Amino acid sequence: MRFYEYEAREIVRRAGIPVTEFGFATTPEEAKAAAEKIDGPSVVKSQVLSGGRMKAGGVQFADTPDEAAAHTVDVLKIEIGGQMPRGVLVDTKAEVEQEYYAGVVWDGTAKQPVIIFSPVGGIDIEQVAEEQPDKVGRRHISNLRPLTGFEAKEVIASTGVTGSELNKLVPIVTKLAQLFIDYDMTLAEINPIGRLPDGSFIALDAHMDMENEARGRHKKLLAELGVGDDETREAREPTAFELAGEAVDSEDHRGVAGNVTEFDGNLGLVIGAGGGSLTLFDAVRAHGGKPANYCEIGGNPSVSKTCGLAKLVLQKPGVDKIAVMMSIVSNTRVDIVARGVIKACLELGMDPAEKIAIFRIPGAWEEQGFLILDAYGVEYADRSVSMHEAAKRAVEKIGAGS
Amino acid sequence: MRAEGIFIAVEVEDGAATDAALAAKLTEVCPVDIFAVASSGELELVDKNIDECVLCRLCLDAAPEGAVTIIKRYDNDSQL
Repeated sequence: MRFYEYEAREIVRRAGIPVTEFGFATTPEEAKAAAEKIDGPSVVKSQVLSGGRMKAGGVQFADTPDEAAAHTVDVLKIEIGGQMPRGVLVDTKAEVEQEYYAGVVWDGTAKQPVIIFSPVGGIDIEQVAEEQPDKVGRRHISNLRPLTGFEAKEVIASTGVTGSELNKLVPIVTKLAQLFIDYDMTLAEINPIGRLPDGSFIALDAHMDMENEARGRHKKLLAELGVGDDETREAREPTAFELAGEAVDSEDHRGVAGNVTEFDGNLGLVIGAGGGSLTLFDAVRAHGGKPANYCEIGGNPSVSKTCGLAKLVLQKPGVDKIAVMMSIVSNTRVDIVARGVIKACLELGMDPAEKIAIFRIPGAWEEQGFLILDAYGVEYADRSVSMHEAAKRAVEKIGAGS
Repeated sequence: MRAEGIFIAVEVEDGAATDAALAAKLTEVCPVDIFAVASSGELELVDKNIDECVLCRLCLDAAPEGAVTIIKRYDNDSQL
């Protein structure tokens, strides 16, 4: 779940990191009032969740409050990345001697947060990493215990920053890491941190993404920021395919089958169970497969719900076959899932033996499930076949068929 | 009375199907709503739910022996 910049700035401020004076405005009058508080030149920034604001004209500089109000009228009319702005951030136009970068991001491979720091800020960190790799410091950190100042110091110092700059940056990076953990973020980034002429440091821009599943743990913060329960805050709008998946899931209270994410591959996935979705998705990719979708299935969905999901995936343009795979399941019945996916094929006039590349769901009621799969000639595997091996077989099958 | 899904078939003896008390009982026990009570009070089989049968045997336990039969069509029409 992505935060608007004005919300991210507030989160940074609450963490005790110095920020410039700023205000959020939805009208020219509010923008003028915010600029008057700043008492100096200001920047009016469109509040959208996509990038490319500067290029689109969504960032304007103002010398007076009246000018800030006038810019607000213009900026609020500009659509950026398919989104109309929620409002504008009226920010102090700070005099900066040098810009730095600090970020904490979840490393899905290491399954740990990683701190990234650079004395070259204000531009994409990816660009810095490519052009000046010695100017980017990284370190994985624990997500259980607080980051120590020493650990932050090591990362910053590895980029050549020394002396009082180093000492002043350490608390900022330490607090950013703590904020990341406290609020279950997947990304917490300050870019840039500005060094002002008096030698102090201040956060000039911030980006925050919170783990969606953690929203319930942070209801107080979200309420205080004005984030509505119905706001998805995804980086992009859901596709028609994804909305159709949600519809499948909401039609029947039994189990989960419909949380889908669209990709452009040719192997449809009906996958799930206790982290199985992520493992299986990665396994398919590791073997050179091209998933048409990600999905989550589990909690014992009904036959009709499983059938609805399988139909959706089977009918997705570009899908040649589907792979039905789960980790070992304790409550989701193998026979019910088998019925659902086979029924989907039959109702679409497809041959299950042809369309289902592999069925690998070991667990509850698997004997009945395997009888059903046998009856329709579908290749299946029991628990003696690993998830990776099953994914490999599915990829090989689709390779042979394409 | 018989209704068929792709995987499951359900048969109810004609005499049992007209028993209003049994119809109500079967409707109550089936967790996936395969049975319903018609306005006449007789038993109805809900076609769209036949394949949802979870093989729980609650209907078999609720009915007199042989009154209800659950058939697994995918297993050579074996009976539950």
